[in-house]
Amino acid sequence: MSQENILKVENLVMHFGGIKALNDVTFDIKRGSVSALIGPNGAGKTTVFNCLTGFYKATGGKIVLSAAGKETSIIKVLGEPFQVSDFFSPIAFFGRLKYKMFGGSHLVNRAGLSRTFQNIRLFKEMSVVENLLVAQHMRVNRSLISGILNTKAYQKSEEEALERVFYWLGVVDLVDSANRLAGELSYGQQRRLEIARAMCTNPEIVCLDEPAAGLNPSETEALTKMIRVLRDEHNTTVLLIEHDMGMVMDISDYIVVLDHGEVIAKGGPDDIKNNPKVIAAYLGAEEDEEVTL
Amino acid sequence: MSQSVGINFKKSSIDALVAGFLALILFGPIVGVLLDGYGFSAEFGRVAWMVAIVVVGRFVMSCFFQTEKGVAMAFRYANNDEGATVLSPNHKSKMVWIIPLVILVGLLVPFVASKYVLTVVILGLIYVLLGLGLNIVVGLAGLLDLGFVGFYAIGAYGLALGYENLGLGFWSMLPIAALLAAFAGAILGFPVLRMHGDYLAIVTLGFGEIIRLILTNWASFTHGPNGVSAPLPTLFGLEFKRRSKDGETFHEFFNLPYDSAYKYMFIYLILFAVVWAVLFIKHRLVKMPIGRAWEALREDEVACRSLGLNHVLVKLSAFMLGASTGGLAGVFFATYQGFVNPSSFTFFESALILAIVVLGGMGSTLGVVIAAFCLTVLPEMLREFAEYRVLMFGILMVVMMIWKPRGIVRVTRTGFAARKGAVK
Repeated sequence: MSQENILKVENLVMHFGGIKALNDVTFDIKRGSVSALIGPNGAGKTTVFNCLTGFYKATGGKIVLSAAGKETSIIKVLGEPFQVSDFFSPIAFFGRLKYKMFGGSHLVNRAGLSRTFQNIRLFKEMSVVENLLVAQHMRVNRSLISGILNTKAYQKSEEEALERVFYWLGVVDLVDSANRLAGELSYGQQRRLEIARAMCTNPEIVCLDEPAAGLNPSETEALTKMIRVLRDEHNTTVLLIEHDMGMVMDISDYIVVLDHGEVIAKGGPDDIKNNPKVIAAYLGAEEDEEVTL
Repeated sequence: MSQSVGINFKKSSIDALVAGFLALILFGPIVGVLLDGYGFSAEFGRVAWMVAIVVVGRFVMSCFFQTEKGVAMAFRYANNDEGATVLSPNHKSKMVWIIPLVILVGLLVPFVASKYVLTVVILGLIYVLLGLGLNIVVGLAGLLDLGFVGFYAIGAYGLALGYENLGLGFWSMLPIAALLAAFAGAILGFPVLRMHGDYLAIVTLGFGEIIRLILTNWASFTHGPNGVSAPLPTLFGLEFKRRSKDGETFHEFFNLPYDSAYKYMFIYLILFAVVWAVLFIKHRLVKMPIGRAWEALREDEVACRSLGLNHVLVKLSAFMLGASTGGLAGVFFATYQGFVNPSSFTFFESALILAIVVLGGMGSTLGVVIAAFCLTVLPEMLREFAEYRVLMFGILMVVMMIWKPRGIVRVTRTGFAARKGAVK
């Protein structure tokens, strides 16, 4: 089972004070699929994303990521509160203490999940190449001594990192802008750079938060092609939030529909298109209700 | 004055009069009233001179900015608050020629300059070290640190107290003080680096004051406000004192007459070497993964976390490396003064070091070096205006922030030549 599903979300609950943003959300994402998370505004899509990527600590439930040959509980690596039983078992205690002190959302990325942001978060005052080099921080030679002495091993590792940078710039069609500042790029280019940056961390699953927002139709089409490249050539699972229904129906193998913090439907694009609950959620009317004007 | 057609003299005259009026308000009470016991005497002449200079200066400036050249210049300055520039991949830095020249001149300084000039240059170099240290924390990692003087104090007191209690000399304390300061940086950093911006600034401000208060009040260990004496460096065991209790002195060994300038020459040469070493390490660090991570953290912490960078450790490394540079500077300060006491480590020092970093340009190494020399050597040159030093300092800051908000030297970024992409 764990090999088939890369991500398992079980009974995910997220409360902000008295507001129940997510209520018992359960879904699985298959390895190598392109899945979409859709729903009307305020349905809790971005909240699910932030829970998955470790930016929010979920109030309850389980999120298990099986990537890089091991299973990672995303809630655990963020650091859980101590339990009474911890004080009797030193191993459990130190495990929890470790995650409490050094845990955080960076561990989620290291476990093989990377993300982009709804409002682009590039390193604006750094060049395009440097943005992608930062993303490879965990893969390069980080030794202070060999870096200062500029040893052969260090140069080799930097050269490999630069090769990967130019590979990904080629994929997102930004080679010509390699030596520009990231903040100077146009909106569409910034979106593509952010995807390249997420891919440079070598993830097994990449979560794209509204990748097509603000793009024109031809750019959206290019993006669709790019997402297919990610899946077909790099065996990356893609999970995306998107409002552009044409694009979602076009590329997704699997769709999860959220409304008011609950999953109201899941399945293939065709099932979703004709699902009465989904139509009701988007158009704002229950089947058995008369819409009076 | 150029008589080109476009100059509107009426506008210039009004500008000049307004500036003169403002100058009268500003300088009138400060310069014009001289306290004399319980009474005071008015000094109209001095005020008149200053106001006249301002009026004429403003008039000339106003006219100049209406000429073609002036308009072009104003345009150039108006555009320079944009960010860094990326160099082209095959950019050849002029530094290849400048650095050997500077090293050569620097090596000649102790043999030609007078003792006084030498001490001023040593002070300048100490501030270069401090500026470089704080530049890592504030300029690269974007962590506002108002208590940097604490690490400076740890280095200085490390040498003085290490000598007094453990008998450690300059050479053994130099690395130990750097480690001590880094350790202090880690202790301070670990709990507080989860904070951002203003909160972090206040905590570090508190840290700097705590160190100073400990040094003042723990009299049994630090001798409180009386201070502690610090040892001089030795050259392979040769001491630079007039006479030595045990061991030989430098001037006796080489059969020279005693001259107190020798010790300053020696301190200068060591400091010069250390500054170059730190400059080199800094130059490498910004190109290394750790330097890139610092800058990325300054730009966007959330994005950094999403890329697998442990933000706490990245910040901590910036804090520790910055602190250790501050510790090194402290050791040199103690040995150069021969004596340390807590009054050298007030908040004003922290503000001065921060000013060096901001004036020089956040993250720019060259800018920090220039600014450090300006802010330490200029006050020495302007000894006559000692009373106005802080005023001058304030005016300089205001003017710089208006004209060059990004510092003297603009940050440049390395360009990378395109290469064939490959994934492995």
